[in-house]
Amino acid sequence: MLEATDITVRLGRREILTGVDFRARPGQVTAIVGPNGSGKTTLLRALTGELSHDGRIRLNQHDPASLRPWVLAGLRGVLPQATPMAFPFTAAEVVRLGLMGGVEAAEPDLVPKALARVGLAGFEPRPYQELSGGEQQRVQLARVLAQIWHPTAHGQPRWLFLDEPVSALDIGHQLQVMRIVRDFADAGGGIVAVMHDLNLTAMFADSVALMAGGRLMAQGPCAEVLRDDLLSPAYLCPLRVNALPVNGPYLLPQASGPIAAE
Amino acid sequence: MVALPHEVAGPAPHWDRTPRAWRLTALLVLALAVMSAASLAVGAAGTSPWAVLADIMAGREVALADRVVLFEIRLPRLAMGALVGAALAVSGAVMQGLFRNPLADPGLVGVSAGAGLGAIAAIVLGGLLPAGIAGVLGYHLVPVAAFAGGWATTLVLYGIATRRGQTSVATMLLGGIALGALAGALSGILVYIADDAQLRDLTFWGLGSLAGATWTKLAAAAPLMILALVAAPMLARGLNGLSLGEAAAAHVGIPVQRLKTVAILTVAGATGAAVAVSGGIGFVGIVVPHLLRLATGPDHRPLLVNAALLGAALLIGADMIARSLIAPAELPIGIVTAILGGPVFLWILLRRRGSLGF
Repeated sequence: MLEATDITVRLGRREILTGVDFRARPGQVTAIVGPNGSGKTTLLRALTGELSHDGRIRLNQHDPASLRPWVLAGLRGVLPQATPMAFPFTAAEVVRLGLMGGVEAAEPDLVPKALARVGLAGFEPRPYQELSGGEQQRVQLARVLAQIWHPTAHGQPRWLFLDEPVSALDIGHQLQVMRIVRDFADAGGGIVAVMHDLNLTAMFADSVALMAGGRLMAQGPCAEVLRDDLLSPAYLCPLRVNALPVNGPYLLPQASGPIAAE
Repeated sequence: MVALPHEVAGPAPHWDRTPRAWRLTALLVLALAVMSAASLAVGAAGTSPWAVLADIMAGREVALADRVVLFEIRLPRLAMGALVGAALAVSGAVMQGLFRNPLADPGLVGVSAGAGLGAIAAIVLGGLLPAGIAGVLGYHLVPVAAFAGGWATTLVLYGIATRRGQTSVATMLLGGIALGALAGALSGILVYIADDAQLRDLTFWGLGSLAGATWTKLAAAAPLMILALVAAPMLARGLNGLSLGEAAAAHVGIPVQRLKTVAILTVAGATGAAVAVSGGIGFVGIVVPHLLRLATGPDHRPLLVNAALLGAALLIGADMIARSLIAPAELPIGIVTAILGGPVFLWILLRRRGSLGF
């Protein structure tokens, strides 16, 4: 269980996150959505302990700030939006950096297994800096997966925090990565992902947190949060949510007529 | 709850460059041994270490001149060259890892200038210290002052370049240049007010040379350099993690703040001590790590060990050139490393100018 209560983040004198209450359950994919600048990434960075904040965070009953870095690394992995590397590491060497927490280090072949999982089998000796943006993002996902390869450990769920995991990917790899994310949750792990694509969110998320203006507007199942009357004021544009007979809601911006410039 | 980190067992997979880097370590040990032996044999006096060794083995009396040349001149000089070379190369590698920038170097970003200012201040103003303090520090005064100067510069530089936990590379380089210029100007003022005897000391010190190496000087500077050389390999895993960026390094389990503190102490200690005893020896810190990364990749675990070995071997070699090229006179070693290092540095720039990334 991930429980965040009354999270407030200030950068300088500006309050960029105000009193956010956020919940995520293991076994579920929890998406954070909202327009640019709404505080999605800030919330994620507060949840991972990267930003100092007011309020209370409990990850599996632990205060993340009180755990030693290597203990926390065995409990959760974090995938940033983009990770430029300073030195000419190969793809395999980048993935191996995920093993430094040490929990999975005893497992042989984890590096090629993790690369194969993200569709990059055989990429081991390729220089990271020469890969495309989407390939780099998947190498980094492989690194984070290698860090917490088993979705549960010692009877406790492990957590994957993802900041726009599919923003640099083509549609085929978007679906592949979301499938990996879904499988991790189905195997008992917890997923918290900042998402831009509301359709992918509707397809894969169990719970959605909608952010706007540094506040949480709503959190709940897709059908309760992905609604015209919540999304349109949050994104400041007319949006129409539709429903397929079997698969839940989907969005077509063109369904709401000509886009009015705000 | 968490098992201790350890290596994956079994044979190394084909993509793993690290075993190759460790084989290079063995080669470098050999190279260092050969260089050391050659360094003991080469010199203005015709002393042969082998003849002296044979005399000692046979229980014969060693000629006084040979004993002095070998044990009071060449041996401390060899040890000093090895330590300074290793310290400079490792400082460069740690600095590059810390700033996540392949062009960082204590010389380039003003840390050496700060250490130099400390050393010059100690030489010029040391006489003004209360006799008690001067007496306690004695021979240690100059290295301690250089250490403090290097350390202070590193801390100020890090403070300037770091905002909200993010270190800006551009700010660091520009700030380092500014700090270096400032330290140079203050050094200039001190040189201006120095008396003739102090000027003589300063000139010899500033040219960069191992000529003044004695066991006493070595005893003063060696502990700091040895401490830094021992500490550096322990930073290797952390520096590997840091190449992902500070936040991501913390997420894979690196205690980032502690890593930065130890790395800064290591660089300041090693650079301060090296500059104090040998003056301004450039390019070792930037050329050695680069050559090794090109050869065997950026993994800091072998890199820091290999940098120490290659730095030591190179500086011993440069010192041999410095003292044999115009024997019996000597070139300042700083000139030799710059003449060798400058073109290599340019070659790296030309090779990589498309992919420097900043």
